[in-house]
Amino acid sequence: MTTQTEAHSQIAVEVAGLKVSALQDGTGPNIVVLHHSTGSPGWIPFYDQLAANHTVTVIDMPGYGQSERPGWARHPRDIAILLHSAIHKMGIDTDAHLLGLGFGGWVAAELASMHLHGLDSLILVGAAGVQPEEGEIADVIFYEFEEYVKLGFSSDEAYAEVFGDEAAPELKELWDFSREMTARLTWKPWMFNRQLPHLLSEVETPTLLLWGENDRVTPLSVAEVYNASLPNSTLQVLDGLGHLVELENPQAAADAVSSFIAGL
Amino acid sequence: MFIGYFTERPYQDFESGWVGATGREIEDLGMTNGDYDPRIGAELYNRYLDEKVYAEEMGFDGLMLNEHHSTPFCMGGVMNVEAAILARITKRAKIVLLGNVLPIWEDPLWLAEELAEIDMISRGRLVTGWVRGTGRESVAHNSQAPFNWERFQEAHDFVVKAWSTPGPFRWEGEHYQYRYVNPWARPYQDPHPQIWIPGVMSRNTVKWCAEHRYPYVMLATEIEPTKKSFEYYDEVARENGYEASTEHHGYLFKVHVDETEELAEEAGRKYISGPANPFLEGNQGTVRSNLQNLPGLTSRTQLLPTVSTFAAAARGRQSDRDAALAEKEAETDKVDADAFGTYEEQVNKYSIITGTPKTVIPKIRHVLEELRPGNIFFWDGDGAMNHDDAMRSLRLFGEEVIPAVREMGKELDLKGAFEVNTGSGAAFPGD
Repeated sequence: MTTQTEAHSQIAVEVAGLKVSALQDGTGPNIVVLHHSTGSPGWIPFYDQLAANHTVTVIDMPGYGQSERPGWARHPRDIAILLHSAIHKMGIDTDAHLLGLGFGGWVAAELASMHLHGLDSLILVGAAGVQPEEGEIADVIFYEFEEYVKLGFSSDEAYAEVFGDEAAPELKELWDFSREMTARLTWKPWMFNRQLPHLLSEVETPTLLLWGENDRVTPLSVAEVYNASLPNSTLQVLDGLGHLVELENPQAAADAVSSFIAGL
Repeated sequence: MFIGYFTERPYQDFESGWVGATGREIEDLGMTNGDYDPRIGAELYNRYLDEKVYAEEMGFDGLMLNEHHSTPFCMGGVMNVEAAILARITKRAKIVLLGNVLPIWEDPLWLAEELAEIDMISRGRLVTGWVRGTGRESVAHNSQAPFNWERFQEAHDFVVKAWSTPGPFRWEGEHYQYRYVNPWARPYQDPHPQIWIPGVMSRNTVKWCAEHRYPYVMLATEIEPTKKSFEYYDEVARENGYEASTEHHGYLFKVHVDETEELAEEAGRKYISGPANPFLEGNQGTVRSNLQNLPGLTSRTQLLPTVSTFAAAARGRQSDRDAALAEKEAETDKVDADAFGTYEEQVNKYSIITGTPKTVIPKIRHVLEELRPGNIFFWDGDGAMNHDDAMRSLRLFGEEVIPAVREMGKELDLKGAFEVNTGSGAAFPGD
């Protein structure tokens, strides 16, 4: 199924009896994007940058946005397995770069551990999924959810530049809706999987770990664990940015991704 | 009519300012237990138990306990321990637990065993009650909020089966799994203690409760919404083929009795002082709405109504700064309005009833006539009230108020859940 929304196509496939929906634009090698725990806000400028020379597909992960909820799912790995099929059915599993943002980075890392054929690279942006040796991954439970999103920026001013002093009701609804699904998938432990570092040690896929210097959600110590676990990873830190690098500085984030892909 | 006594058992430290209008910040899950003094805890636990014993002497039918976690407004984190002690040191009164927070129990078999022991030690005086708990409870015991309601229902079904079906049996549920269910303790009451469900407004809990024909006890809610909840209960009852009556309706409300009107007002104001339940209006605690609105505690199962687009963010950016400011000012005005006169407002709308027996009795009558509950609990001795405040009131309850309320109960035909079986509608033998 393909329909046009604004300039982007909306595509959908059925996996395990559930509709999985995505937005798509651009031409060239595939970049498959998995969104944050707060859901996909739609087509953001970062995707336009990437779509200049890639086919960018932004999937609503099962249970988020326009993708139906797998009521039985209890772990991000369940979502990764569903996405494994969805990506294949969408025909975007060859010449593909898998890019995960935050919580979506965790799902992407789980997917990479399944040794996807045709996965050219893995790009984890401020990814959750592993336990840092120092500090902890911010816990949405202790924040008003708008405050939690603010925590994703390097400053309140940076948040206001993107979302205004107060976010639009549609976005608040998206965040509220999304965090329920997230809470169904991770709770104890919060936002990481103790098995994952061990599984990642066998993942040869070239990986870019892209982090904001001032990430207050998934601190740099998380990136260090990924970097130590993955045999073929590179850590790139973006100066002065917070967790949501793709919103705070789309150009810098897209440039980092493009040069990484170009250098493969 | 069933008449019970309740206090939330707040942690009161008169010296350090954990009580009374001290201005000390009391924020939900925002305090350190480094400030907790076990010696004060020891005094308070014993005091509250002593008051319960005296309440029984004064003629109350039930001694109600409740449970909250990681908070100074209720010391009943492990209320089953208090219940077990009351089972041994009281003789006649029912021990009413309203209630155990079912979804946060990782091992409800353990709960089934504990409650069966309490029921046996008390020789069949236990009334069990179960709640879903607030977000605070889910956080304090790290129970996955989106599955709260599912866990509540499954734990209920499991405990009732563990009590009423001879074991061993196997339980492979969605949230609980056991390979050998055969507790060597069974409830004294056959098939099991009465189950009462306390609550505030949750529609699906009222519905579930009415479907199970359990008494529903509204917790200090205002009169009109309480009436509406009872009406909804009755409607669900009819859909399920029975007529609900007074025995299915319970109501907890704040009543303090004192020797003079002056003393009564002084003590009445203490309801909203100190570490009293911050969820009740006028109290000094600060509620954190994110804890009450945990993800999934109220489920949103549908797809989002529209495709969210980043364009919405632009609307947020363009939002009128003045409008946002005006809204904030309106909020501030609201808070200020709430900060003044809430005690008087609560007195005016019967949320707090305080006075001498002469002035209290007609107010209780008003509440009973309006709501027609067969099971009531007087909530007293709370907030900043001390032992003397509690004991004066208990004595006057016994001497004057309870006898008068019993007469009202007969006159208004308010039968309680120990007079009429809520499951069958039949009168209990001997009552």
